[in-house]
Amino acid sequence: MALRPEQAKALIAKVLDTRAQEMTCDECVADLAAFVEVQLTGKPLSAALQAVHAHLEQCHDCADEYHILRQALTALAEEEG
Amino acid sequence: MRAPRENASWIRDLRAGGPVQAEAITDLRGLLLRGLAKSFQARGATDQAFVEDVVQQALVHILDHLDQFQGRSRFTTWAMAIAVRLAMSALRRKRWQDVSLESLTTPIEGAPAWDSDDTTSPAQHAEQHALVETLNRLIDEALTEKQWLALTAELGGMPLEEIARRMGSNVNAVYKLLHDARQRLKHGLATAGYTAEDVRSAFP
Repeated sequence: MALRPEQAKALIAKVLDTRAQEMTCDECVADLAAFVEVQLTGKPLSAALQAVHAHLEQCHDCADEYHILRQALTALAEEEG
Repeated sequence: MRAPRENASWIRDLRAGGPVQAEAITDLRGLLLRGLAKSFQARGATDQAFVEDVVQQALVHILDHLDQFQGRSRFTTWAMAIAVRLAMSALRRKRWQDVSLESLTTPIEGAPAWDSDDTTSPAQHAEQHALVETLNRLIDEALTEKQWLALTAELGGMPLEEIARRMGSNVNAVYKLLHDARQRLKHGLATAGYTAEDVRSAFP
């Protein structure tokens, strides 16, 4: 079994960022709303929310949901003026 | 115009029954529709009927799970996160419905094709080859067949939810499978003498 070079490059980046402890997708989802709110205010992340950040760097599914959620909240905030 | 509801008011009104509950549902529905429609429009994807369908599903889910709201965010953010999750899940299913795991995980025949890149020096190219060879050896030696399948499907862009569906598993189990695979590879690279700095300099 062999990886294509572009696959290898993508995998290496993920391997280097791997932590001993990472939260699961369900754990990330449970904290995603709080994480987005903190990100939008620019406040520093708590340790629990830093774990969400680390998960989003590894998980495309959760990262996609984060970006859509952030866009939705930003659009509503702009609407409210 | 009424003042925006606080979290406790949302919960109270959505549980109230009668016209109070109906009004709260209408307000929440409008908010979810506007937020989702704008975020998906910004991506140039999906139609209004899709958004309305997702919001309806989200409202049912939210009303059934009000006791799971723990107050760590605004209620409306929590509700929007549920709607986003349902929308993305439906879009993933539609986008990947005709793609098999096998089509993403078929091993390549012969030597992998490397793109010629003028910015890569011969020394760096040699480092990259050596590193990828080591990585491929570690994949053969350290990963299970299931880990290889999930890893290559993920690298092929398949969402974890879809990988899980094809493996008869769930996203948390697939995430743990992949996490264990990455840890094995990280340990293997370190054992083979690669530091994180070596790896980053080979693939800047």
